[in-house]
Formats: sequence, C-alpha cells, structure tokens
Amino acid sequence: MYSITEAFKKAFVLILNLDPELLGIIFLSLKVSGLALLIATLLGLPIGAFMGMKRFPLKGIIVNILNTFMGLPPVVVGLFVYLLLSRSGPFGFMGLLYTPSAMVIAQTILAFPIVASLSNSAIIGVDPVIRQASMTLGATRSQVTIAVIKEARYGIISAVIAAFGRVMAEVGAILIVGGNIAGYTRVMTTTIALETDKGDFELALALGIILLSISLIINSTIHLIQKKGEAGINR
Amino acid sequence: MNLELTASNVYKSYNGNQVIRDCSYSFDMCDIYILTGPNGSGKSTFLRICALLENPDRGEIEYSSEQRVLKKDLELRRRITLVLPRVGVFNASVYRNISYGLAIRGIKGGDFREKVNRMIEFVGLRNKKDQNALTLSSGETQRLGIARALIIEPGILFLDEPTTSVDQANTGIIEDIILKMKEEHKTTVVVATHDKDQAKRLGDKVLMMNDGKIIPT
Repeated sequence: MYSITEAFKKAFVLILNLDPELLGIIFLSLKVSGLALLIATLLGLPIGAFMGMKRFPLKGIIVNILNTFMGLPPVVVGLFVYLLLSRSGPFGFMGLLYTPSAMVIAQTILAFPIVASLSNSAIIGVDPVIRQASMTLGATRSQVTIAVIKEARYGIISAVIAAFGRVMAEVGAILIVGGNIAGYTRVMTTTIALETDKGDFELALALGIILLSISLIINSTIHLIQKKGEAGINR
Repeated sequence: MNLELTASNVYKSYNGNQVIRDCSYSFDMCDIYILTGPNGSGKSTFLRICALLENPDRGEIEYSSEQRVLKKDLELRRRITLVLPRVGVFNASVYRNISYGLAIRGIKGGDFREKVNRMIEFVGLRNKKDQNALTLSSGETQRLGIARALIIEPGILFLDEPTTSVDQANTGIIEDIILKMKEEHKTTVVVATHDKDQAKRLGDKVLMMNDGKIIPT
C-alpha cells in the first residue's frame, strides 16, 4: 500500500526545491485563470453595474439567467466550447482547440456570470440615497455611476475573488478544451487528475497543497474584505 | 454669484396622489427662507423640484441671475444643492466626503486642500477629519452634509429637515452654521422644517406649506 506520509514528504520536497515542472504548471494555471478573470471582470462589471442601476424590460429574466449560469457545470461549458472550436465547429478555422486560449475562453464563460451577478447584487445593495446625494452635489451621470460603484467596492472585489476561486479549482472544462498537454496546456487541476490516475501521488499532492493554500488565501481575503466593508457600515 | 428662483404654478403628484398643487413663489437673494408645515404637506417634494432633482408635472421652475434666465443644464445644477434629511455619506473619510463636490469639478492642488480644511473647520469637524464618515453621530453627519454642500459655493442651498433626529446641542451648532452661511458666504438658504421655534429663530421669511401649497405668513 502506498504510504500517504511518504507521498506528503515527497510533495513538500518538490515544493521546497521549487521544482521547475511544478512551477511551470502553477505559472500556467495562474496565467490562464488570471487572464480569464480579467476578461470576465472587464465584461461582467459594466454589465452588473448597468443592471444594478438601470430599469429595462426583461431585466428580471436576465438576472435569473445570470444567477443560473453561476452554477454552470464546467464539463458542459467545456463541451460547448469544444463544439465551437473543434475543426467542424463555427470557429474551427481559428485553430484554438487544445491551446491555452481555448482554456481562457472556457474559464471566462465560467467566471463571467459570477462577476456580473454578484456585482449586480453589490450595486443593488448600495443605499439609493448615495445616488441622490451625488446628484445634488452636481455629479454627472458617469460620476454618479462611479460613486455608486465605489460604494459597492467591497462586494465587487468579493465577486471577483469568488470568480477567481471558481476558475482556479475548475477541471472539467479545461480538460476538454485544453487536452492536458504536458508543458503546454497542463495546469494544476488537470495534473492532479492525471497523476492520481497514474498512481504518482507526489506531484498531485504538491499541487493539491498549493491549490488548497490558494483557496485558503482567497477565502481569507474575501472574509477580510467583507469584514472591512461591514465595519465601515456598522460603525 | 447668487441665484433667484421663481416657482410658477407647480403641480406634482405620485400615483394619482396630488402632493404639490399650484405652488408659486419667488426666492430673492441672500435670505434665509423657512418652509414650514406639517409632515406630508409637500415640503420635501417642493425642495426636490426646486433643486432640479425631479420635474414638476405642470408649472415652471426658473432660475435667473442678474436679470438673465438660466438654462437648466449641468452648469446650473452645479450651482444649486440640496442636503437630504438622510445625508447619504460615502463609505470614506470625512475629508473625502467633504471634498467630493470639488473633486467632481476637477479642482485640484493646494487650493483644494485649503478649501476642504477651511470647511471642515467651519462645521467643527476638525478632529474627525480622517475618521470614516459612517462612524459620525447624526448631528455630525448633518454638519458634514452641510459642509459638503457649502464647499461648492452654491447660489442657493436647500436643507431638508436638517435637525430632525439631531440632539439639542447639535441643533444649536447647525443653526449657527446656517446663520453664518448667510453672513459669511452670502448664500440664499431655504430650510424645510416642521419646528416652528426653529422657523422663528432662523427665518428672514417664513413660508407655510399646507396641502401642497405655499402660504406666506
């Protein structure tokens, strides 16, 4: 039977020695997820802000769809992106399948509804009197919007961090569209799946520890931000 | 530069409920006007219409300066301000709150800091300057609201129930600030209050509002 203690020991050695393969995988994971998060934020924040501040027909339906998409199963997104990017798909000519770009696309689709929906909730939660106060002080429409977004900043930051947590931990979609190619599209979660299948637990455990640490940092940051926001409101 | 405001035959209703009916009045320069009347008489709505936050259903709000009627554009909106009963402080320091009006007008540099510090001093919040504004008491919050409005040197300042839910000591401080605004800043001030004693203490002219209409007293 494989000794778990032995595996943990070897995993820590890999981490402490800054193993190049390990670092390469971590770097690619952060690059793919970071880029996906950036695109999702650039798209999701303005849409969340618009929905939070404007009234328009079908708004309720759109909010419901976004809320539903927050729980999109990653494998379904992977399948959808695969069909779009595969050779016979509408975007097959771009040759993006099994590249980091395809992984960014899949993760953007997963992160976008989280950023948009939670930003929308954060903006709806801002006291309406803030909007009126900035108007009475002579703010233009865009300045009023900025004032409201600033008030919702803690909720928005939490939304972005939550989306980052989701894409970092995701495996199904990137496995389908990235193909888990060593040194090219292999990221932390797909490596863990592969190495576990192979019975090589050291690298899988080392990456698992790092993923858990990232998750811990993300959760602590969200907690701190929310505490800071609440402290301002409750004092 | 001061503004003159003329309201002519203003009407406003919400969901079929007539709140303001045939309201007309001319506000001249550099006086303190008190708009008094029972709750629900339409004071707040009238102030919101005068401050161009809402449009009347019928009638006209006209601002003029030196015999010239002004267009209702951003420039005019930036010369009028209303302090709401719930001030609406930003989740930021007292300094940042008070400086907001200057920041959105693109004012920067030493002049900016000097003006903000002078205004903080004027409303007696110097020792709270770096504190989060959400931590202030209700009286201090009202003072912050007045400072935030006054720093932009408005032609007309509307104050909607500035001393409701404020203790006696802070009421006195706020009333002193209102009187000083007229003397030092030559600002025309319109105060909505249901406190008749306050109306007597502050008002150059006291207007009674009843059932959506202004009745000069």
